[in-house]
Amino acid sequence: MLELRGISKHFGAVQALTEVDFEVYPGEVVALVGDNGAGKSTLVKCVAGTHAPDDGKIVFEGREVKIASPSDATHLGIETVYQDLALCDNLDVVQNMFLGRERVQRLIPLAVEPLSEIEMEKQALDVLKSLRVTTIDSVRTKVVSLSGGQRQSVAISKAVMWNSKVVLLDEPTAALGVAQTEQVLALIAQLREQGLGVVVISHNLAEVLDVADRIVVLRLGRRAATFERGEATPDDVVAAITGARMLKIGGNR
Amino acid sequence: MAKGKMGSSVKHDVIAAEDVITSELTRGERALDLVWRSWLFIFLLGLIVFFWSQTPANSFLTGSNFKLIALNTSEVILLAIGETFVIVTAGIDLSIGGILLIAGTCGGKVMLALSGTHAQVQMGLYPHATTAICVGIAVCIVMGTAWGLVNGLLITLLKLPPFIVTLGTLGITFGLSDLISGGTNFFAPVPPSFTDKIGNGTFLGLYVPIWIAIFFLIVAHIVYHHLRFGRYTAAVGSNEEGARRTGIAVNRQIVKVYALAGFLAGSAAVLDLAIFTNISRASHSSDNLNAIGAVVIGGTSLFGGVGTIIGSAIGAFIPTIAQNGLVIMNVPSFWQEVLVGVTIIFAVYLDQVRRRRSSK
Repeated sequence: MLELRGISKHFGAVQALTEVDFEVYPGEVVALVGDNGAGKSTLVKCVAGTHAPDDGKIVFEGREVKIASPSDATHLGIETVYQDLALCDNLDVVQNMFLGRERVQRLIPLAVEPLSEIEMEKQALDVLKSLRVTTIDSVRTKVVSLSGGQRQSVAISKAVMWNSKVVLLDEPTAALGVAQTEQVLALIAQLREQGLGVVVISHNLAEVLDVADRIVVLRLGRRAATFERGEATPDDVVAAITGARMLKIGGNR
Repeated sequence: MAKGKMGSSVKHDVIAAEDVITSELTRGERALDLVWRSWLFIFLLGLIVFFWSQTPANSFLTGSNFKLIALNTSEVILLAIGETFVIVTAGIDLSIGGILLIAGTCGGKVMLALSGTHAQVQMGLYPHATTAICVGIAVCIVMGTAWGLVNGLLITLLKLPPFIVTLGTLGITFGLSDLISGGTNFFAPVPPSFTDKIGNGTFLGLYVPIWIAIFFLIVAHIVYHHLRFGRYTAAVGSNEEGARRTGIAVNRQIVKVYALAGFLAGSAAVLDLAIFTNISRASHSSDNLNAIGAVVIGGTSLFGGVGTIIGSAIGAFIPTIAQNGLVIMNVPSFWQEVLVGVTIIFAVYLDQVRRRRSSK
């Protein structure tokens, strides 16, 4: 569904990415792992439209596309959920999920367009229900009083409710407790169930091995290894991350 | 929010959420919560009871006196509405008193200049009063909006703190006003028909400025709670970077909010001219104090993202009731500023305590 071919990016003298290939298929969870500075965030930002790659091609649904800005990515159906959640604490769940894309009644078009609160609320409830997010008691709760897991669930639900096809999650479970991590992993599984392509950046190997269909390891800006589900042990992955052994260089799926 | 308008399923959710919250609080915390939510009313009521007990019968607690209090509050309400939007973005506008003064000075000057020749006006004749009044009002409003726009553009384009920008424009507008007026009153009052119709005019038993303030209040309430403008204002104040990533034009929203505050200060200048027939710096030196006081006492958080228009309107009565009561008591009305100052500090402290509690 989404394919990157030979993506390179440098910042000044620093070569952040060197001819990286990457691909996500519908209904697949791909984990992107690597040490700090391996280029994971840079790669995600190239897809999200925050960075423009110096070289390489992005192919989305069989067409080559240019992603020059975050809104380009959004229009294509590629959503990114960043680590520091882009939620507004003082707004409630519905207000956050619809922020910037509110449903309104055209009372006097372009001048007076009251917000359709009930419609938005119903739709938010539907989305949360379809994603089996059951931990939120009321969608009118302000985000500030939600737990970390609930907030992450809201952020992900917000990202995928707009017909998105690929969703990129940057460290979705960092700073979450065990039970809350479970919630988020269940939500990721649910996204796969609905046929989305999911890319998860994570440092937590146990979690990666648990949820991912495929693990792509970046090392020093290059794709160092690829593991299919069940094919790798934690030791193999660690070895690939640290460069102790080189395994199956490049992806050959 | 729009709780009143929602369907039954929605109401159920709201109640459920409140149940959860209250069940987690101890009795002491619940009492504190109640005090927090209603302290403004208790304070206002206490103030009224105090003045009622300390003043001669039939002086403070009378219909005509409260009509007067409401008249004097109308300007503060307009300023406080604008300040509410600004403070909800986590900004502050210290310049609205200065903007009011410069807008009123220019508007008044234009009004007098267009009313007739200098000699005619000095003799109390205003042959072209109607045109003059209309143009004068437009000048006030355009002037106010323009200065608000300047504030917003400086804050967003130069990335300067609102505190500094608006402190700067406060100095600029006060100084320019005095330069324009020569530091003295107008050579004649504004056209009497303007004062009669707007300043002293009454409608259904209340002065016209009060009705104007009520009109702005209703519009502002709808804009804040039921339109995207209000939602985006709160989003910007809550998480500026998050709002930007969501695709909200954050800078444009900030500029609009400061322009709105300027527009309302210009409108307040119109009322000021109509009520007092003249405008001077001395009577506007504590406008900022009163407006910001009304907003924070009314429950809008200086940390941004949270606010209410109605709270600010109620808060706007505190300085005017204090002023009025102290004058009747024969106490120097300077105590009013002291009282408002103390109350602001107390209100912000309460807000901070509450925030610390909710983030635990």
